[in-house]
Amino acid sequence: MELIFFYLIAIVAVASGFLVIRCQSPVNSALGLVNTFFCLAIFYVMLHAPFMAAIQIMVYAGAIMVLIIFVIMLLNLGTEARKRYTTGVVWSAIASLLVLFNVMYFIKRGRVTGAEGDITSYTVESVGHVELIGKALFTEYLLPFEIASILLLVAIVGAVVLAKKEV
Amino acid sequence: MTPEMLSLSNSPGLFVGIMLVKILVVFGVTMLIVAYATWCERKVIGHMQTRLGPMRTGWHGLLQPIADGIKLFFKEDLIPSESTKVPFLLAPMMILVPALITVAVIPFGPDISVGGFLIPQQITDLNIGVLYILAFAGLGIYGIVLAGWASNSKYSLLGGVRASAQMISYELAAGVSIIAIFMLSETLSLREIVFLQQQDLWGVCSFVPNWYVFTQPLAFCLFIITGLAEINRTPFDMPEAESELVSGFCTEYSSMKYALFFMAEYANMIVIAAIAATLFLGGWSAPLNIGIFTMIPGFVWLLLKIFSMMFFFMWLRATFPRVRYDQLMRLGWKVLLPLALANVVITGLVVVIF
Repeated sequence: MELIFFYLIAIVAVASGFLVIRCQSPVNSALGLVNTFFCLAIFYVMLHAPFMAAIQIMVYAGAIMVLIIFVIMLLNLGTEARKRYTTGVVWSAIASLLVLFNVMYFIKRGRVTGAEGDITSYTVESVGHVELIGKALFTEYLLPFEIASILLLVAIVGAVVLAKKEV
Repeated sequence: MTPEMLSLSNSPGLFVGIMLVKILVVFGVTMLIVAYATWCERKVIGHMQTRLGPMRTGWHGLLQPIADGIKLFFKEDLIPSESTKVPFLLAPMMILVPALITVAVIPFGPDISVGGFLIPQQITDLNIGVLYILAFAGLGIYGIVLAGWASNSKYSLLGGVRASAQMISYELAAGVSIIAIFMLSETLSLREIVFLQQQDLWGVCSFVPNWYVFTQPLAFCLFIITGLAEINRTPFDMPEAESELVSGFCTEYSSMKYALFFMAEYANMIVIAAIAATLFLGGWSAPLNIGIFTMIPGFVWLLLKIFSMMFFFMWLRATFPRVRYDQLMRLGWKVLLPLALANVVITGLVVVIF
């Protein structure tokens, strides 16, 4: 049952990923990308990570893609934009095939060790997924978390400084 | 034997059956409210402006939604020849679907036991319920943006651009205002948030329930204002401002596709009202812990709360003028967002101290 569902979603994910690069109009490509994000969110739910799924939809589908579509709309990119990308397709195809083989090699090489460590699926069930992530983020990984947020703040300030004519 | 929660593992047949019944009932009730909200809105605004509103079809115009539906069904379905076809067709669906699936996490009553199993009166209890709502609330924007872009008309495009800027700005403040709620509840599950609100007010006042609107009045006001902006209701209906943009993003739509936009507006209204009722007004629980009140089933209270919120929205539409666009942006970024952030900080301090 779950396997059939997985294959169904996987087919949709791959198909919409294909649409992203093959669609003529940039807005249709963006829609394909949104659909791919949705499929990824479903995979997160199937992996018992509902929090990741919600964040995936909220951040990628709900915020980033909206901005991308907004930009496409404002610039009104037509079909002429398509021609520029066609020459690079061969190289990117070769590159992604290499990456695919690389990933396959590492997956085959690894050994499945089973559930070890503090966080098992049982603790996730009993304590709660969100609670565990929150605890890890704000105790163990507090410094990286704060560094990431300062990086984002710097990026925002930088964007404002670049965009504004006189500060 | 204590009854256990019905799940897919302990009784698959019953689970699937009950699930289907719940989905059908919730969907049916939502669509019925959508249909009659249009009638209600015309009546309420009519009476507020000393008019009668629809009177001709049925008793006091009660059959008006059905007549409107039939009319829209049989109208000619025009697709502008210069439009981009696929997004043009997808847009009305993409605005209605997120509104309808958000209803899935709204609890509408206590658990009932059937055949030795406990059945929650809620389609599904996600332990990330609030995040689920926020995630899908952000998706309704695609319908408007795509409708505006795909119609290939300047009024539609302007409507779409306004809508996306407005919704991105107000989504932030809406999300931050809700954060104060789950800082108090320490859970994201809507079911448990409702249960927590049934306790005594601040642990002292025994017959008034602990609704979060008493503890978080600021968050409640912020949520209502940002919610209205998110669903593009007056006074924030800039994307479809009739006086400037014909009717904004849905200018080029006709027939059932236009009806879908119309339905989505009311479905969104129901969703915002239901979320506000669940998070701030105790969901399905009774307003006072008195015997007579608790006898009344939960869904009646929930519907009453939803209806009074919707009446409030209609009231606002009848009384407030539309805000100007720069005022809208200033309000969102310079007033609502700082207030919401300050509210989170103060709530955090209070939670730590007490």
